[in-house]
Amino acid sequence: MTTIYMDNNATTKVADEVIEEMMPYFGELYGNPSSMHTFGGQVGKKIVQARQRVASLIGCQPEEIIFTSCGTESDNTAIRGALSLSGGKRKIVTTRVEHPAVIGTCRKLENEGYMLVEIGVDKNGNLDMDELRDSIDDNTAIVSIMHANNETGVIFPIHEIAEFVKSKGVMFHTDAVQAVGKIPINLAESAIDLLSISGHKLHAPKGVGVLYARKGTRISPFMLGGHQESGKRAGTENVPGIIALGKACQLAGDNMDEENTRVKNLRDRLEKAILTACPDSFVNGNTDNRLPNTSNISFEYIEGEAILLMMNKFGICASSGSACTSGSLEPSHVLRAMGVPFTAAHGSIRFSLSRYNTEQEVDFVAEKMPPVVNRLRQLSPFVKS
Amino acid sequence: MWDYTDKVMEHFMNPRNVGFIEDADGVGEVGSLACGDALTLTFKLDKGEKIVDVKFKTFGCASAVASSSVLTEIVKGMTLDEAEKVTNQDIAERLGGLPEQKMHCSVMGQEALEAAIANYRGKNGTAAVKVGNIVCTCFGVTDVEIKKVIHENDLTTVEQVTNYCKAGGGCGGCVGQIEKIIEEIQGAKAETKHAPPKTKPAKLTNIQKIQLIQQTINEQIRPALKADGGDIDLIDVEGNKVIVAFRGMCAQCKMAEVTMKDVVEARLKEFVSDDLFVEEQKDSVKPHTHREDNS
Repeated sequence: MTTIYMDNNATTKVADEVIEEMMPYFGELYGNPSSMHTFGGQVGKKIVQARQRVASLIGCQPEEIIFTSCGTESDNTAIRGALSLSGGKRKIVTTRVEHPAVIGTCRKLENEGYMLVEIGVDKNGNLDMDELRDSIDDNTAIVSIMHANNETGVIFPIHEIAEFVKSKGVMFHTDAVQAVGKIPINLAESAIDLLSISGHKLHAPKGVGVLYARKGTRISPFMLGGHQESGKRAGTENVPGIIALGKACQLAGDNMDEENTRVKNLRDRLEKAILTACPDSFVNGNTDNRLPNTSNISFEYIEGEAILLMMNKFGICASSGSACTSGSLEPSHVLRAMGVPFTAAHGSIRFSLSRYNTEQEVDFVAEKMPPVVNRLRQLSPFVKS
Repeated sequence: MWDYTDKVMEHFMNPRNVGFIEDADGVGEVGSLACGDALTLTFKLDKGEKIVDVKFKTFGCASAVASSSVLTEIVKGMTLDEAEKVTNQDIAERLGGLPEQKMHCSVMGQEALEAAIANYRGKNGTAAVKVGNIVCTCFGVTDVEIKKVIHENDLTTVEQVTNYCKAGGGCGGCVGQIEKIIEEIQGAKAETKHAPPKTKPAKLTNIQKIQLIQQTINEQIRPALKADGGDIDLIDVEGNKVIVAFRGMCAQCKMAEVTMKDVVEARLKEFVSDDLFVEEQKDSVKPHTHREDNS
């Protein structure tokens, strides 16, 4: 059975070009980039190149790129690193729909005595901008707001927010793990201070991430030790991962148009077909302002894990915001924050496409979904047959 | 991904006895959409109170569907007296086992069967009335239900209780109460490692008392309120009077008064001192947009 992979917000296929680029650095080119000999030095040059490639994708200077082990490390470093040099300011502002990497860190800090404000969203997942403006004051040390939501794909007006936060003299971090590589971003024209990237969300392997820190941004390092990453992140570099991420960023730049045209059209085609064929289904999140690859659809009266397992029988991979899939007992905190009724939150399915998806795949999924949904509805006590 | 047995997947993909018997002798409905799983079980009896037909409809994950399906196989042909003795373990065993965190699906099956039998007996005037007090407000689980799963499955930890009946799996505000129930039943066998110290500090200085109150609010009270979009701040402590302010959703919540007594004051009495009482600082409530929340 062939796999139809539509779970790219969870992780992505490592691009063939990326694998090719990094493989030598697992084998014969094993030198340490910090070494004083040519054998290590040639590896160091590849890291310089990777740094340039990442910088060029997001429109910043290479020296503003700090390589980390993952998006979560970048988020932790940004928030904790900024707080430890905040000069006694005690307030953190974030949103109710952040990724656990941010919200988990913030809630731990709250337990440690910081004040935490979580901004709400409306039923379409749009940020409450008035609440945000009201919550930033002289005591605020950092504002951390995601660029695009991993579950719904809804995009926040991050540059407008950054401008406002900057005008208040407060540090601004954005978790851009889902956005970078999917939509263009130019940090040269933005007031963002700190931004997190994860390699495996844009066709690089797992185990590498980036924290962008605008020149002059004061954060204390999270990992202490050697002088790597200009002393901002100690530890011998994940050389193959960093080289891979550099290549992946170059490819993402090359494919940006395709992502926002062909991939977007595929997503729209899939979404339209499913909504037409399945009654009592609807899209979660603002459809006018979201990532081009993401569609989060709720199927009422049926449960997400059951839907996924039935889809799995056809080789279709997607995700759900249902309680059962998370291992917790409550459905997605994002959908709950949007006020999506429980009847629909438990039955939400997220399709997230990539440039590797084809029209044939989309049509296959569109054909298989209605029978899956109907079958489970026949089992459901909430559907009168 | 869950590690389901082939048997679970087989029942999930080909469930037996799906449907609803219109002229059923017994109907059992348990769970709800909000909880993420629900089961309606109907059966038909012959003159000797033997189950001649049984059907189910289930909203839920693969293990919930499989548990329901296998339950109908188990009880079909049984007399009511026999069916009454079916436990959640029988269901799990017939499926070749369930992941620990999914044991509540087997319990749901057993509860639906009990409810259907009670429904039948109720019509015939022999039903035992099930009473209990809600312990877990997130999932509506009573002390009676919690005691039953502890007894029947020999549970010794809160985590197990959550796996078997969901209690404690939401905001976590009832974990202390669940621990007490486990200790009551299991005595020394109870593994309630997170239990609060049995003895409260004998004599506290004012500073210590305020710190302990703040710590209790941070660790025991705030997470429960946060789960529903609310929050709480400690404003002041005057002798034994603790003054707090509700924030966010809690500020306009109709349940705030109940929360105040049942959650805030109860926790502070439990962890700090029995003499404490709580008052709300009303004028501190700041305007706040009320968001729709279906919790």
